[in-house]
Amino acid sequence: MNDTAMVIRTRGLTKTYVTGATEVRALRDVDFDVQQGEMVSIMGASGSGKSTLMNILGCLDRPTSGTYELDGIRVDGMDRNARADIRNQRIGFVFQGFNLLPRTSALEQVELPLLYDRTGRKENSIDIAARALDRVGLGDRMDHEPSELSGGQQQRVALARALVTEPAIVLADEPTGNLDTRTSIEVLAVFQELNAQGITILVITHEHEIARYAKRIVRFRDGRLMQDEPVLDRRDAVHDLAEWHDPDEDEAASAFAPIPVSEGGAA
Amino acid sequence: MKASTLTRVAAQSILKNKMRSLLTMLGIIIGVGAVILLVAIGQGAQSRIQQQIENLGTNMLVISPGSSSQGGVSRGMGSFNRLKVDDVEKLQRESFLLAAVSPVVATSGQIVGGQGNWRSRINGVSVEYLAIRDWDVEFGRNFDASEVRSMKKVVLLGRTVAENLFPGQDPVGQRVRIRNVPFQIIGMLAEKGQTPEGSDMDDVILAPYSTVQTRLAGHQYIPQILASTFSPGDIPAAQDEITAIMRESHGLASWEEADFTVRNQSDLSEAAQGTTEVMTLLLAAIASISLLVGGIGIMNIMLVSVTERTREIGIRMSIGARGSDVMTQFLVESTVLSAAGGLLGLLLGLGGARIISSVTGWTTTISPLTVVVALAFSGAIGIFFGFYPARQAAELDPIEALRYE
Repeated sequence: MNDTAMVIRTRGLTKTYVTGATEVRALRDVDFDVQQGEMVSIMGASGSGKSTLMNILGCLDRPTSGTYELDGIRVDGMDRNARADIRNQRIGFVFQGFNLLPRTSALEQVELPLLYDRTGRKENSIDIAARALDRVGLGDRMDHEPSELSGGQQQRVALARALVTEPAIVLADEPTGNLDTRTSIEVLAVFQELNAQGITILVITHEHEIARYAKRIVRFRDGRLMQDEPVLDRRDAVHDLAEWHDPDEDEAASAFAPIPVSEGGAA
Repeated sequence: MKASTLTRVAAQSILKNKMRSLLTMLGIIIGVGAVILLVAIGQGAQSRIQQQIENLGTNMLVISPGSSSQGGVSRGMGSFNRLKVDDVEKLQRESFLLAAVSPVVATSGQIVGGQGNWRSRINGVSVEYLAIRDWDVEFGRNFDASEVRSMKKVVLLGRTVAENLFPGQDPVGQRVRIRNVPFQIIGMLAEKGQTPEGSDMDDVILAPYSTVQTRLAGHQYIPQILASTFSPGDIPAAQDEITAIMRESHGLASWEEADFTVRNQSDLSEAAQGTTEVMTLLLAAIASISLLVGGIGIMNIMLVSVTERTREIGIRMSIGARGSDVMTQFLVESTVLSAAGGLLGLLLGLGGARIISSVTGWTTTISPLTVVVALAFSGAIGIFFGFYPARQAAELDPIEALRYE
């Protein structure tokens, strides 16, 4: 093993769904490692098994066979409650549809994971939630409900909620799927910034352009890991934003607030 | 999750969906409101009925002299009379449960006055006699305590006597002679009707017992003492109390047999008891049905709510909520909802009861017990009927819940 800690390590990961007489092998014998501080894109067409992988890596589902170590802990055999606790403490989710609670302020959204924390390690949950919102540049939007926030801002709230428990990994499932190109790059800029601070991020996407903001791309086809290679021409979201020019969106450009970088570094 | 956090999350969720929360509560609000209102009207009616039955004399006790026997032959009730005015006074002084006590010194005689003469019963009684019998004076007045003390020769005429002696006239203020003793008529009694045995209760003259004892009967013994309790429920205890006071008054040792008997109108009081019980049962039945309907309403809308909030449940699970967290949240929510609904229903019922009694003039009674039971029930309903939807929510698969549109 290397000097850097292994956050994800799967060996022979297999998931088979049985519907009636037919067996669907969604994942076949996947060996997949992610190291601390990486930003990895998982690509694949629909039906390639990337969503199944996401569910298993996120401890929402269990593999049919194979082993999965998250942050050095075997999680593949855990029961419902243990997996809920793992999700609470070691995994942060960011979804395509933002998945924020309706009519709930940004601060309450971000505080929520801390309320489900059974270890009792987080005492002043409101302060911690406020700091997480600061970190994604929404310190001035804490009292806003999702309906009062733009798509990009909602996704940043979701990201703050994912970060608030200081998880081992952030799993982002098509995080830019519901956003326009410019907002997508804005959100990716936040991802890159956080990654630069040491947070391990896994981005599932089917768009090659988006995948290139990561450091490494993993491709899936028919449930198999087909290709795993570093990104040589990695894109820089902050740079892309500076270059961005769209005559129709001058207003949007002026509304864009630079993302503040808070101290704190690696989580 | 801590209890305070849970309550906060539940309260947030309720307040964030005001319309849905109100609809959920509506069943309970109406249910509890209806129960409070019905019970209030019912208990009002119950107390009215009870009052009417009491007017028949269910809370009346009759103290009669005991029997004596000579050579093994019982001479029957009243053959050995030791009831005296002292007994009456001692009962009045020492009893807690008796509302009124009156001796009844009965005699009879020819009454002359007005248009002719008439033979009737003459009852020597105390001021309280009319209260015990729930009998009103239609014209004139009742005699008072000073007239009893000074043995005034005053009488109250029963309806039948008045109609025979003074047809079509007001007898009050006129005079009659009873066994040649002149009496002043100070009042006429309201019509009382017949006893079940067919004797006319209005064919009677009432006079102070002291007067009757000295002027007409000529002896100090009292054939009967009537007493009434404050409520029919006190009858058994009052019987014991009377027995104890009377035994003391008569100086009886514990082994000696009582020389008097205390009887009650048990038929009537049993009927009253029965009516009350049927009434209570009926109300309980209505109460449970409307609360049941309200509870099913809660379950119904909680189930809809679980479906509607499937995604929310998925989100909560994805960020680490256990099944038990989700379950507790929904249970707390349904309990808070139904308890709040119960509280609103209580206010509705109280308001409704007030309106009904001011519009119709019915008595409505709200007992603290009704309030407590209604509130406790609505809380329990929240837990009971919230359980199934809450378990449905807790057993959701997080992946499917997240995917739910």
